Amino acid sequence: MVDNSEFDDIPGTTVFTAERSHEGFHLNQFCMSLKDPKNRERFKSDEKSYLDRWPMTAGQKQAVLDRDYNSMIAQGGNVYFLSKIFSSDGVSFQTAAASMTGMSVDEYAQMMLDGGRSPEGLRSIRDGR
Amino acid sequence: MARITAGLTTSHVPAIGVAWDQGQQNSEYWAPVFGGYEWTKKWIADEDPDVIILVYNDHASAFSLEMIPTFAIGCADEFAIADEGWGPRPVPTVVGAPELACHLAQSLILDEFDMTVINKMDVDHGLTVPLSLMYGSPDVWPARVIPLAVNVVQYPPPTGERCFKLGQAIRRAVAAFDQDLNVQVWGTGGMSHQLQGTRAGLINKEFDGQILDNMTLDVAAIRAISHLQYLRESGSEGIEMVMWLIMRGALGDDAEELHRHYHVPASNTAVGHLVLRPTA
Repeated sequence: MVDNSEFDDIPGTTVFTAERSHEGFHLNQFCMSLKDPKNRERFKSDEKSYLDRWPMTAGQKQAVLDRDYNSMIAQGGNVYFLSKIFSSDGVSFQTAAASMTGMSVDEYAQMMLDGGRSPEGLRSIRDGR
Repeated sequence: MARITAGLTTSHVPAIGVAWDQGQQNSEYWAPVFGGYEWTKKWIADEDPDVIILVYNDHASAFSLEMIPTFAIGCADEFAIADEGWGPRPVPTVVGAPELACHLAQSLILDEFDMTVINKMDVDHGLTVPLSLMYGSPDVWPARVIPLAVNVVQYPPPTGERCFKLGQAIRRAVAAFDQDLNVQVWGTGGMSHQLQGTRAGLINKEFDGQILDNMTLDVAAIRAISHLQYLRESGSEGIEMVMWLIMRGALGDDAEELHRHYHVPASNTAVGHLVLRPTA
């Protein structure tokens, strides 16, 4: 058996495995549809109706409506696909990333200017390193 | 005969493309990012490669989750610029090199690398940001481009070792192509970055520095880095650096470093850039 259990030992990180790709297939395909400007307009004019055209779970749809990217990722979303949502919203990758960390946009931007988040203590939950 | 004369690596952060397109080259934030490419712009104008084999990854632009090719090679006459959610970048259409690309596709498959062949594809920032960084804003791109797309979105991506060996096979195939062509190989993506979860924003300058050093000093050390090590040390998106090894494999056993640039940050990412010349 393929053993992906080590991936779960990395703090604050969700690795997009084939299983997660399967779980998130329709969520990510919805995101992909936003490449088309006509679909972006349809989505923006009535988000809920547009989402109902996709066989996503209720939880996945709610996460999209809430723009809760951590929740989308927990339900099989992949950040490159999810980027179509925040790009459609006119939101930058840095702002979207900040929203996943619990930091304010300004705090996150300053952290990056200061050299980014140190890997110290964030490599392994088990080993605390 | 065709020959690989040089290779380079560069990050391909989408925000770099946005900044370039909005004319922010001289802003306080972006000047240090773009400044590190000035040397390369002059160098590449002198080198004037005919064809660039441009190794990159698609970011949910050409490939949905319906099909996920590990290695795919673009054999089309041209490649349109993708709409990634905010309209296509205002850059020239990418012109292909179908004769060499078809030769490569066939040679690589017969050399036991089972490539996916692409005859129609839009290309996204992963491919166009490197072109903007090296060439600026020309009316047409000065070189023809063979896109070589690598899956680094869904795990597992190919291993670094596999990528290096693909590069070696590319070197053999280019050398067997019966046209006098000056070919460069570009490996793009990286360096350390994480775009998701509470660990977003991770940067590891020490790890990045080792990669930059070992591209010429100890390639075997880079070839041995596992997916798990990339994840732990360089963030969930740092795995893109396996694509640098395709470039490095294509340069042969030894290479010298002509130019280096490293800067933090560009948006969420550590920008790394090397220009290498094969010496063996």
